[in-house]
Amino acid sequence: MSRAICDIRKVWTVFGSNVVHENLDLTINAGEVVSLVGGSGSGKTTLLRHIVGLTRPSKGEVLLFGKNLHEMPRIPQQRLMNRLGMLFQQGALFSALSVFDNIAFPLRELRQFDEATIRQLVLHKLSLVEMEPDTGSRLPSQLSGGMIKRVALARALALEPELLLLDEPTAGLDPERSEKFVELIKDIKQALGLTVIFVTHDLDTLVSLSDRVAVLADKRIVANCTLQELEHIDHPFVQNFFQGIRVRLERTG
Amino acid sequence: MAIASFQLAQDSEGKKRISLHGQWSLREMDNDFAQLRQALKPHFANQDLHWDLSEVEQLDTAGAAVLWNGWQGKLDNKTGLSEEQNHLFQTLGEINAQATEKPKSGFDPLTLIAAWGKLTIFLSSHITDFVRLTGLLVIELAYLIRRPQDFPWREFSANIYKSGVTALPVTALLGMMIGIAMSYLMATQLRTFGADIFIVNILGLAVIRELGPILMAVLVAGRSGSAMTAQIGVMRVTEEIDALAVMGISRILRVVLPKVLGLTFIAPMLVIWTSVWALLGGAFSANMELGLGFRFFFDYLATVVQPVNLTLSLIKGVMFGFVVAVVACHFGLRIKPNTESLSRSTTSSVVTAITCVILIDAVFAILTSGIGV
Ligand SMILES: Nc1ncnc2c1ncn2[C@@H]1O[C@H](COP(=O)(O)OP(=O)(O)OP(=O)(O)O)[C@@H](O)[C@H]1O
Ligand SMILES: [Mg+2]
Repeated sequence: MSRAICDIRKVWTVFGSNVVHENLDLTINAGEVVSLVGGSGSGKTTLLRHIVGLTRPSKGEVLLFGKNLHEMPRIPQQRLMNRLGMLFQQGALFSALSVFDNIAFPLRELRQFDEATIRQLVLHKLSLVEMEPDTGSRLPSQLSGGMIKRVALARALALEPELLLLDEPTAGLDPERSEKFVELIKDIKQALGLTVIFVTHDLDTLVSLSDRVAVLADKRIVANCTLQELEHIDHPFVQNFFQGIRVRLERTG
Repeated sequence: MAIASFQLAQDSEGKKRISLHGQWSLREMDNDFAQLRQALKPHFANQDLHWDLSEVEQLDTAGAAVLWNGWQGKLDNKTGLSEEQNHLFQTLGEINAQATEKPKSGFDPLTLIAAWGKLTIFLSSHITDFVRLTGLLVIELAYLIRRPQDFPWREFSANIYKSGVTALPVTALLGMMIGIAMSYLMATQLRTFGADIFIVNILGLAVIRELGPILMAVLVAGRSGSAMTAQIGVMRVTEEIDALAVMGISRILRVVLPKVLGLTFIAPMLVIWTSVWALLGGAFSANMELGLGFRFFFDYLATVVQPVNLTLSLIKGVMFGFVVAVVACHFGLRIKPNTESLSRSTTSSVVTAITCVILIDAVFAILTSGIGV
């Protein structure tokens, strides 16, 4: 099955005189775990924001589940948005709500569950990301950086999305937690079938999690292939990058 | 792929069984678990019912939790569960979802005392913080006297511009409108007594002594006070204040002091500005209604309103500017790093500032009642 879940067509992004994306194409198929790599400031976060419809590219279009989010009526658009979860680079937790309420928020918004069910689901998500149930009453400002990441991930997972977008999910996690995080994503993927697009600078996570890798350089996608195939792509950034992951690839076999 | 549904049937032995179909997950966008729960309610209650889950295409935690809660955690007489589904239900079972209910007691007189105590603690914490802030301001001022080259000129002038210069149009407009309205109302009253000329006395005294300073203070509290609180608050939320501290820069010196000094410095001038426009408005109205000439209005004003009133008005301006700025900074520094606290503190800052200003004004009026009238 290679249904395109997300289709980015000829996208240009321009901020003032700063051209971030130039004629960028990228297709992501259902069921894949795709990592998006590129130098700092190369426009990875911006691309994720285009995908979830937070921003509109200056030119070109982004299709999600085959539809352009910006050209949909409100109710279907809302439903479509419920099928994706996003983990923001800075967490973006609601600072006025406790951890529990943060995760319960999307569930309550659905108005389909009673409080007992919501409670159970929230505690389940908390245990998924290995947080103690009693952290639920804390406010985001009382959490450490890594904990914020995990709570944000729990919130992104609350609605069991089909498409998960993760902006540097393992930044701020200790190595063991990063590994667990990889396991967690793999588990969910196996149980429910999940498409993941994630941005990372952490090569270990990248190698162990991603099926494909999309490389963003020179304002476009210079490679969109499996990790092994990167070797044959003739681009300085890709070659450099491949040197970094070669050892890891060999180690995992 | 189909939406979640269920079917009731009776097997050969006359036993009732219920089989679930479709996608019991949030993935299927047309699912409505609220309706499903409602429809399943009578069946959940039926203990003898046999549940068959073999036709379920997909079960996620949300669907499982709904079922689990309906079954109240009992998994007997459920068949057709796959390995994974079984595991899912087990994980849910391990979660202790019992909401720790707080025991609700009736009226307890102790809560009243506790509430009183909490209020006292809350107020005293405000007072301590306020006193500490004023103390810190004094210390920083003393430091500046020893090292005048450290004076934050840039921030000081920026604050004068922000809370003074940009406030000019709105204070002028409001002063003028109030002047016109007051003079207009008084004119009709005074005319019935044939006491037209007294409009100058009343208006002059009221505007210069009371209205000018109060109007200015209210406007500045709303404009600049709230802005100061919000700015300091956001700086706290985004840890900018901490970043300053790490660079060895005193946040009081760099953030609070320029605001307080700036507003204290500019406020008396704003008072004059507001009063002038209020008087102009009043003169305009008096001219229209009573036929008093502008020239006469202002000549006469100078003879009936003693200059000491102007001094009083300037003193008030200084006090009000200081109070608004200090209150704004006080509330800003107390903001906790979340949006709720930010909005609450900003509101409190404006309300407290205006209340303080009016209280001070009342006390001041009593103390100076013998001067200049
Ligand atoms: N709202 C905006 N207005 C103007 N420029 C922006 C805006 N958002 C992003 N940019 C610019 O777009 C470029 C890409 O930013 P982006 O945040 O997507 O980088 P990134 O690839 O996510 O980097 P990093 O790995 O450091 O997170 C940067 O040059 C940034 O300055
Ligand atoms: Mg980024």
